Amino acid sequence: MGRKLLLEHINVPGINTLEVYRQKGGYRAVEKALKTLTPDDVVEEVKKSGLRGRGGAGFPTGMKWSFLAKPEGVPRYLVCNGDESEPGTFKDRYLMTHIPHALIEGMIVSSYALGANTSYIYLRGEMMPQIRILERAIEEAKAAGWLGKNILGTGYDLELYVQPGGGAYICGEETALLESLEGKRGNPRIKPPFPAIAGLYGCPTVVNNVESIAAVVPIINDGGDEYAKIGIGRSTGTKLISASGNLVRPGVYEIELGVPVEEFIYSDEYCGGIANGKRLKATVAGGSSVPILPANLTLKYANGEPRLMSYESLSEGGFATGTMLGSGGFIAFDEDQCIVRNTWNFSRFYHHESCGQCSPCREGTGWMEKILHKLEHGHGTMEDIDLLWDVQRKIEGNTICPLGDAAAWPVASAIRHFRDEFEWHVKEPMKSQSTNYGLANYANPIEKASEEVKS
Amino acid sequence: MLKVEETQPVEFSSALLAKFDEIVKRYPEGKQKSALLPLLHLVQAEYGWTSVPAMDKVAEYLKIQSIEVYEVASFYTMYFLQPKGKYVLEVCRTGPCCLVGAEKIMDHIEQKLGVKEGEVTADGLFSWRGVECLAACGFGPVLQIGPEYTFYENLTEQSVDQLIDDLRKK
Repeated sequence: MGRKLLLEHINVPGINTLEVYRQKGGYRAVEKALKTLTPDDVVEEVKKSGLRGRGGAGFPTGMKWSFLAKPEGVPRYLVCNGDESEPGTFKDRYLMTHIPHALIEGMIVSSYALGANTSYIYLRGEMMPQIRILERAIEEAKAAGWLGKNILGTGYDLELYVQPGGGAYICGEETALLESLEGKRGNPRIKPPFPAIAGLYGCPTVVNNVESIAAVVPIINDGGDEYAKIGIGRSTGTKLISASGNLVRPGVYEIELGVPVEEFIYSDEYCGGIANGKRLKATVAGGSSVPILPANLTLKYANGEPRLMSYESLSEGGFATGTMLGSGGFIAFDEDQCIVRNTWNFSRFYHHESCGQCSPCREGTGWMEKILHKLEHGHGTMEDIDLLWDVQRKIEGNTICPLGDAAAWPVASAIRHFRDEFEWHVKEPMKSQSTNYGLANYANPIEKASEEVKS
Repeated sequence: MLKVEETQPVEFSSALLAKFDEIVKRYPEGKQKSALLPLLHLVQAEYGWTSVPAMDKVAEYLKIQSIEVYEVASFYTMYFLQPKGKYVLEVCRTGPCCLVGAEKIMDHIEQKLGVKEGEVTADGLFSWRGVECLAACGFGPVLQIGPEYTFYENLTEQSVDQLIDDLRKK
């Protein structure tokens, strides 16, 4: 069993209340940080922990904190990114629903480290139930003296507010989130200046994912060095993985980074294998934006070595044969799933969610959706596949924010690894409407190895 | 698309205005525009949608131009710019939910309610639409119903029938 730092007490009845959370050691990190550490000490611990942003980009959190400008007389802000909208990702919602105080505690410690006296938790508007849960937790914490004026008599003040979004994937991008928090459309800003210099209301701001902020709690409790001992290489600590698709047991799992992908999919500790006795065809390992991989490349590198659930291992081989850990949104496709249909679905998503600021993304995502719709519905030509490749290449790298890249990568990787399935839709337009292509020959699920893992 | 519907002028209740006042306090002085998204949610919860007169009132309250409200309401997907049914069933239609049958669920809802996506049933009770990923992929297919955005997970045709029947009886 891997160590659990965030979800250890998830099944304890009443863990959503302050009382039970305290009984399980909650708010120790606030006491330790505010009474025995300076803000810089806290930043130092987070740096030592090697924690990398859990929202998808994987940028070292401690380093991000150290970039924060600290001009005299200007307020600084911590904004928590709870916009969680990346298809395949649902870990933050899960954590906040069940252990809201883990986030509140992390926000207090992190705000202290950054010298913020007002902090906001921005949640996507669809998370109204979680907004209510967090607001209740904030009330409890405030009544007990963990928030408000002069916390624990240390002279540190903090007000914490929950802000709803209005339904827009783009607001997960940090500058779009800040625009939205200022009451505007979620159009990403041109960087620089980065939020660390000019963020919310033009003031220095740090934006961190829910899981990153919650991870600060065990880092302060046990020390950054202890946290860094968990995991593998530069992938330190534990990570919440949202597992969905055709799995026996989809759900949220906390893993120590470095678990073999095969173990994650097939072992009974995690997903328990592919549902309905079917075989694995492909996976999207880190949320819809990361490249899709056929089963064989999911489980092993091109050279046959086992692939692990870590930032480095999942990206081994670059985009030619690898993918990314991203947000940890792990989607499994069984042998009956159609790659063309899924790629069309994702393209429609990105077209729908493009803010429209940059032409390559606004127009390109629309083109991709239309071409894929054509291919999926049996009206495509071989030239359409090449056109699709061409369009995605012209989006990647040519937009203000990474939504363009996120829209291009799933299309590029689908063509790269499953071109024969796209061509089959062109050659067999009628058949493709009633049957599925099934397993590509390179998507061999390596059944035997999976049996070994189970036993 | 922002389409002006024929609507009556609105007056916000003092209870609603008191909620507005509470929210505006969260932001620094002069940054009251930050309250716009939360306020629009409150308006929609009260009236079922965000009409032009209601948006104008919000603008007036926040001391901003009406266009600043319209451009926000039309950018985000959660604000209804036309009247909808009392219950709007919003079904996730994105990849992971489709892997476990979301498309069939949407077909079933369309059949059961007898209206197309976005339309309102004759009794004014229901609308439905497909929405993008609701961050519940491991529990799909999933739908939500505002204004509280209650989630209904692991949907089957039977559970959808039950849900609709229960809402009808309410």
